[in-house]
Amino acid sequence: MSVNDIAKSIKSIRFGLLSPEEIRKMSVVNIITADTYDEDGVPIDAGLMDRRLGTIEPGQKCQTCGNRVGQCPGHFGHIELARPVVHPGFAKTVYLTLRAICWNCGRILLKKEDYDKYVQLMEKYRRRWPQLRHKLAEKIMKRASKLQECPYCGREQFKIKFEKPTTYYEEHPEGNVKLAPSEIRARLERITDADAALLGLDPQMARPEWMVLTVLPVPPSSVRPSITLESGVRSEDDLTHKLVDIIRINERLKENIDAGAPQLIIEDLWELLQYHVTTYFDNETSGIPPARHRSGRPLRTLAQRLKGKEGRFRSNLSGKRVDFSARTVISPDPLISMNEVGVPIEVAKLLTIPERINKFNIDEMKKLIENGPDNHPGANYIIRPDGRRIDLRFPKDRKTIADSVEVGYIVERHIKDGDVVLFNRQPSLHRMSIMAHRVRVLPYKTFRLNLCVCPPYNADFDGDEMNLHVPQSEEARAEALVLMLVQEQILSPRYGGPIMGAIQDYISGAYMLTKKTTLLTREEASQLLISAGYDGELPPPAIKEPEEMWTGKQLVSLFFPRDFNYTLKANICQKCGQCKKEECPHDAYVVIRNGVLISGVLDKKSIGAGQPESVLHRLVKDYGTDMGRIFIDKAFKLFLSYIDSRGLTIGLDEEELPKEAKEKIRMVVEEAEQKTAKLIQIYNEGLLERLPGRTLEETLETKIMQELEEAREKAGEIASQYLKETNSALLMARTGARGSLMNLAHMVACVGQQSVRGERINRGYQNRTLPHFKPGDLGARAHGFVYSSYKDRLNPIEFFFHAMGGREGLVDTAVRTSQSGYMQRRLINALQDIRVEYDGTVRATDGSIIQFKYGEDGVDPAKSDHGKAVNVDKIIEKVVGAGVI
Amino acid sequence: MVKFDILKHELVPKFTILSKEEVEALRQTYGIRKEHLPWIRKSDPICKVLGAKPGDVLKIERNSEVAGKSIAYRYVVPG
Repeated sequence: MSVNDIAKSIKSIRFGLLSPEEIRKMSVVNIITADTYDEDGVPIDAGLMDRRLGTIEPGQKCQTCGNRVGQCPGHFGHIELARPVVHPGFAKTVYLTLRAICWNCGRILLKKEDYDKYVQLMEKYRRRWPQLRHKLAEKIMKRASKLQECPYCGREQFKIKFEKPTTYYEEHPEGNVKLAPSEIRARLERITDADAALLGLDPQMARPEWMVLTVLPVPPSSVRPSITLESGVRSEDDLTHKLVDIIRINERLKENIDAGAPQLIIEDLWELLQYHVTTYFDNETSGIPPARHRSGRPLRTLAQRLKGKEGRFRSNLSGKRVDFSARTVISPDPLISMNEVGVPIEVAKLLTIPERINKFNIDEMKKLIENGPDNHPGANYIIRPDGRRIDLRFPKDRKTIADSVEVGYIVERHIKDGDVVLFNRQPSLHRMSIMAHRVRVLPYKTFRLNLCVCPPYNADFDGDEMNLHVPQSEEARAEALVLMLVQEQILSPRYGGPIMGAIQDYISGAYMLTKKTTLLTREEASQLLISAGYDGELPPPAIKEPEEMWTGKQLVSLFFPRDFNYTLKANICQKCGQCKKEECPHDAYVVIRNGVLISGVLDKKSIGAGQPESVLHRLVKDYGTDMGRIFIDKAFKLFLSYIDSRGLTIGLDEEELPKEAKEKIRMVVEEAEQKTAKLIQIYNEGLLERLPGRTLEETLETKIMQELEEAREKAGEIASQYLKETNSALLMARTGARGSLMNLAHMVACVGQQSVRGERINRGYQNRTLPHFKPGDLGARAHGFVYSSYKDRLNPIEFFFHAMGGREGLVDTAVRTSQSGYMQRRLINALQDIRVEYDGTVRATDGSIIQFKYGEDGVDPAKSDHGKAVNVDKIIEKVVGAGVI
Repeated sequence: MVKFDILKHELVPKFTILSKEEVEALRQTYGIRKEHLPWIRKSDPICKVLGAKPGDVLKIERNSEVAGKSIAYRYVVPG
């Protein structure tokens, strides 16, 4: 049995301090020389690279354990410090402990009765609330630091002052006295074991005086390997450099003490030793300059190796690197299914799946082996039952190998169409960031994905890259298929609505297709249905004379289930006072009865991504995810082919307003300008009335802002009235495909007020924003109101203000993402192990309860109806509504 | 001294101290030790008013927006 086979389960982990004896016991050599290698490159005995510390050169046997490089774990050495130094990691604890004990007798500064009370309490806590012990210890220490006189020896107590990182003073009436580490250690030594327990220490594991080092462990050379550069120059690890410093100072200190040097010199050297030990542990300690390499680079010592993103924990222990993965640029492919991912042939030839040969697949596998690693449906390796691997890259004659394989061999074959893979885009913020797709091997070099999976990945195609992973075991594939397949993720657990659905052109296409005016000839209708993958009969035409014509609504209806009923208001709804329902003049009242779209147009509200209570939501919820996938794959293609055949474009001339409209807008803006002028005048006369909670200036600002905002809105309204119904930008804004009416107003009417920090633009020169204005000008133009529209062109001043507002937007997004990213990291760290148990409780890993019923009602939002377990209204509508018709 | 009766405040849910038998029944239903319940400090105002001692279990009955009524428990710890 090899070392790797020993199975042990860890019952508990205990942390403590190393005692000087322990350090010496585990040490194999007392290091006394600061040098590492001699002229011949041989490690010096009792130096930092002593061969007893473990071997790092291949082929050499370890002097201590006799193992070779991979097997020798490395062995610790030690340095005997000439004078004790405070362990910088425990400096704060040392301070708190010193405060709580008598400098003379070392007892905790508590009156007898308090002491007994706390001893009892501590014993009780130990039995019943062990988690709360350190809190009690803190309380005891705080309490003990209050006493002026020791109740045991009666000596007067002095206040202790702590100066970071490792200096302590005692405040005597005559002045502050510095406490030397040796004195500190002596005091800590006087603490009895029973008292140490009250201070929150376990004296068996951690005696207080062990927080002051007398012996320093030297890590094995494998922890700080030296590297030989190409030029043959040896370069030592940062830790070795630091240890060299410590030994050098330690030796000097020892010599000076032996030679009886003056106290001043000894103290200086002692402090220097403390500095080197402190930076050896943490080179980013606040209050002291970091130790630097000869080149000026700060040294990377123990704490730096562990801390932060590039530290041991986040980078090496939590950070995993994997095989069987690929990464490349993504691009769209509206023709593949939402469950699929397009994989370049070149990638498919490198990613493999191990498949065991059986009597059913042996012929196919032989073919794959024959194809080899360079022809697509091929194989890269064969694993024989005895575990030997055969590389298919080298043999010339793969035919003979193919003939020789038998049942029981494993073939590492290329991934092919239909294989299950995991697809991921960073940042992986929610579970839909990694979904299982089926492979579709395609030419060219990018991963291809259906556009409907863009929202969950938050992907676009401006150069985004994504990762792909190939599950290797049957269990992993099954799990991926059942739990992670794209169609299983259509409904988001965040709000219960479909996170996948139509975006942009899909919505414009759906709207234009289902509009009342869309009539299609037999040829057009057939063409659309074929491209959508429809293989049934063409329904009877809506118009028979003079020519057979079909409506877009008819075509869409073919993709609904026969018993599907639904009603909703479309995104284009104008929110009239009295809804005329089916008689809606805008055709915004969507009615689907028995699978037929009777009235209304399909737009963002009914098929859009992230729209709860939409047609798509009902389809997925009531008919299952298969239905959802089929609808998205087929009907959505219909929308795309329609927009393909018809075209949708915007041009400069389309954003042109008639003279009449321009005049109206000019009047509105002028009126607003007059009103602001009036407000300013009232303000200057001192007649402006203060709004509650505002200063006079703020009142004026708010009023002006209101006035100008209103003007921009009015201008936008006028613009949208005068724009033609056929205006493409307007169509996109109304249907929710892209852009908003505000964007449109910016283009054609007036860009409006620019703001920085939620206020009009007030920065720049003294009392004015730009030198083009008079000082103290409060007018709209001088504070960032842009009269022009984008089409009219902005004048230089307006352009400048616009850039100011735009810059703030950019900075805000950058700041927000980093802040929320950090917050999310902390949240995930805190919540990652919490789960919902089968009894509906939410528990942590130790079985402790966090919620007695998940969300108080035990409802899974992904499977709920708008957060409720059942939607009674919808059920009634479904039962009664269908029955009535 | 307590200035007003916090039990009567509309935002304070109903708290009761469970009897020994009730605590045992609760432990059985969830299959837990008392320490596995969420904790509440003895110094919490509600514990002071009810006179709850460390080791007691409190039952909280709340009106919940999503579930109508919801019930939770707290294990009283010193501090």
